[in-house]
Amino acid sequence: METFSTYDPESYYDELIDAHGNPRPSAQLLVDKIESLPTGDLIFRQKAAEAMLLKMGITFNVYGRDEGTEKIMPFDIIPRIVSSRDWEQIESGLKQRIFALNEFIQDVYNEKKILKDKVVPEDLILTSRTYRKECEGFTPPRGIWCHVTGTDLVRDSDGRFYVLEDNLRCPSGVSYVLENRQVLKRTFPQVFEASRVRPVDAYPSKLLEMLEFLAPDHVQAPTIGVLTPGIYNSAYFEHSFLSQQMGVELVEGQDLVVSDGFVHMLTTKGLKRVDVLYRRIDDDFIDPEVFRPDSMLGVKGLIGVYKAGRIAMANAPGTGIADDKVIYAYVPKIIKYYTGEEAILPNVPTYICRDDTDRAYVLAHLDQLVVKAANESGGYGMLVGPHATETERAAFAEKITAEPRNYMAQPTISLSRVPTIVGDRIEGRHVDLRPYVLFGEEIYVQPGGLTRVALTKGSLVVNSSQGGGSKDTWVL
Amino acid sequence: MLSRVANAIYWMCRYIERAENVARFISVNLNLLLDMPSEKGKHWEPLVMITGDQALFEKKNPDHTQEAVIRFLTFDREYPNSILSCLAAARENGRSIREIISSEMWEHLNNFYLELADHRGLTMALEDPHRFFKIIQMRSHLFTGLMDSTMSHGEAWNFARIGMMMERADKTSRILDVKYFMLLPQADFVNTPIDNIQWTAVLKSASAFEMYRKEHHHITPRKVAGFLIFDSQFPRSIRHCIAKAQTCLHRISGSPPGSATNTAEKRLGRIKADIEYTDIDEVVDHGLHEYLDGLQTRLNQVDGAIGTTFFNLKPLIENAPQEQSQA
Repeated sequence: METFSTYDPESYYDELIDAHGNPRPSAQLLVDKIESLPTGDLIFRQKAAEAMLLKMGITFNVYGRDEGTEKIMPFDIIPRIVSSRDWEQIESGLKQRIFALNEFIQDVYNEKKILKDKVVPEDLILTSRTYRKECEGFTPPRGIWCHVTGTDLVRDSDGRFYVLEDNLRCPSGVSYVLENRQVLKRTFPQVFEASRVRPVDAYPSKLLEMLEFLAPDHVQAPTIGVLTPGIYNSAYFEHSFLSQQMGVELVEGQDLVVSDGFVHMLTTKGLKRVDVLYRRIDDDFIDPEVFRPDSMLGVKGLIGVYKAGRIAMANAPGTGIADDKVIYAYVPKIIKYYTGEEAILPNVPTYICRDDTDRAYVLAHLDQLVVKAANESGGYGMLVGPHATETERAAFAEKITAEPRNYMAQPTISLSRVPTIVGDRIEGRHVDLRPYVLFGEEIYVQPGGLTRVALTKGSLVVNSSQGGGSKDTWVL
Repeated sequence: MLSRVANAIYWMCRYIERAENVARFISVNLNLLLDMPSEKGKHWEPLVMITGDQALFEKKNPDHTQEAVIRFLTFDREYPNSILSCLAAARENGRSIREIISSEMWEHLNNFYLELADHRGLTMALEDPHRFFKIIQMRSHLFTGLMDSTMSHGEAWNFARIGMMMERADKTSRILDVKYFMLLPQADFVNTPIDNIQWTAVLKSASAFEMYRKEHHHITPRKVAGFLIFDSQFPRSIRHCIAKAQTCLHRISGSPPGSATNTAEKRLGRIKADIEYTDIDEVVDHGLHEYLDGLQTRLNQVDGAIGTTFFNLKPLIENAPQEQSQA
């Protein structure tokens, strides 16, 4: 039966239900609604929502299977609800964090004050795989590096939010936030209206304003493009969606050419100059002349035009340095250094394997820790100690000893849970939260974000590449 | 607009038009069979001939049975001009320009493809083919209607129309070519009921039967051919398609009527003038097959010229946008 009467939050923090099994105040309306539905109706609404997503073509390709194998990103109609008090802390914490990280990136590639003051070890920066020597001495338009961020937050059993990862390169998923909302408005129209959920749909306009803000001074009406790797990229839907919502061109590398010192699009009427690119291609592939020479996705000469100030790019190349999972451990100190304030959103406690004491601790407690490589994403290059086998742990211990710089470890967080439809029952599943932050004339945090849910019972891995799904996120 | 986008929208519409034509051919043939049940085996072969892909069919199938032909023309993913392949290609093109076309168009095209690719599609096509192929045709009309009423009639729309008109002109010429070639030598059929049914079928293959009747009343091979090539108002006649394509081409380039600023316009303008100053008697005297063959070659040249004028700005880039397969 799809009801909360038998629902058990167990020992986890549940986002909708408190420890006594009662709905939290922010979730009361929703829970009442679900309880009032006739048997089978919730499942029916779930199926209707899935059908809608398939029809809208919000799918990703499943590689290595028969042609035509496409799936929707699994979606669960029971939303995650964030109270306004929780949200205030998240919003101010993210603004503070993004501001400080931007200062940090500018400093690292220019004056290097924070390194000279030995707040962050210099060799850590120089040995990072995401450090871009090509950016040294460069200041991007308006001094902004990380224009679009998707910070991963988790809530532990103590009920506090922690920052798990800063994604400062090409974070994806915001289109799911917008589409999930469209679907859920139709799934629970009355509850949605009565709950006074904050709207998320300003995002494309805010993104456009931010991109226009970056345009070179001499340009009156800038031509803006979203640069995509193409239709076979798993986030292609999002690239196309955002360019459509903003009304700007969606371009591939093959559509662009550098000529006379500017970047141009190849159009039916000849060449047209491009002034701002929201690029969704990684640094490595963006310009075969500067980075990977074998890249077929990028534009030859793009970085040259960029450094000459004749095109703006979001995000700036080089932001990956602040994404290094070992440098992450220093972010609270980075915040303090540039703002004089304590971090509003805490980090998850982190052990740095290049530090001898920390490494000894990590190696002795592998069965309790989560170990991560400095520059992997999507849930790869990671060891979840408590769920790993003896052999897997031994293999990771070897990797850590061989290359300590490249690893960090954190205690296993018992991620909070949200009631989720499983078959014909409602069960708790672990979630994280990825709010999206835009840095233009000012810093804007989209109220909500992507709630990713690990659909496998007990699993803590929420990545869509590893069986995760998503939920709508309601900020009240 | 981006050259790649113009190329994609042009081909998206060509593929949808191609899929619709295949569905219509099959539909007409199914109806024809009801009138001439004894001819069963022989009646599926011409369908494969119209496509010009007999060799591929025969490699995979020993006989021209109804089921084999329907499977081949409708569902064969290895055959690039099957309805399913056309829709898959139209959808891939559509997906790459989702932000250009309206979401109504995209959702319809997406759904059209998904339902056809579903295994229930095959079952229905074999069990209730009349209804099945009618649905395919109506869905492609619906797509055209959505395009007309939900998308701005700007440059992208004009490229879409050109793609559709070029494909339609090509298909009409093929129907006529194959049928004329097959039907005409059977002199003993002339003016028999069988003959009438066959020519009626030719007209129906181009959705032209009713409009023809209003214009000419009696069915004669010469008048049927004349109608399908030269009628200025029937929307599937070759003349009409070329005139419409030319209008769209001029809207894109901005060249005033009667002038031409690029190769595509020059070539298309020449075909249009030829058609306007020729009639069916002249064509039949010189040989209809030769005439249609020449016309198809010239249409292909226009297609090539559209490519070099708008889609492949080759000297500027190393890897030009890929060419898509031609019928």
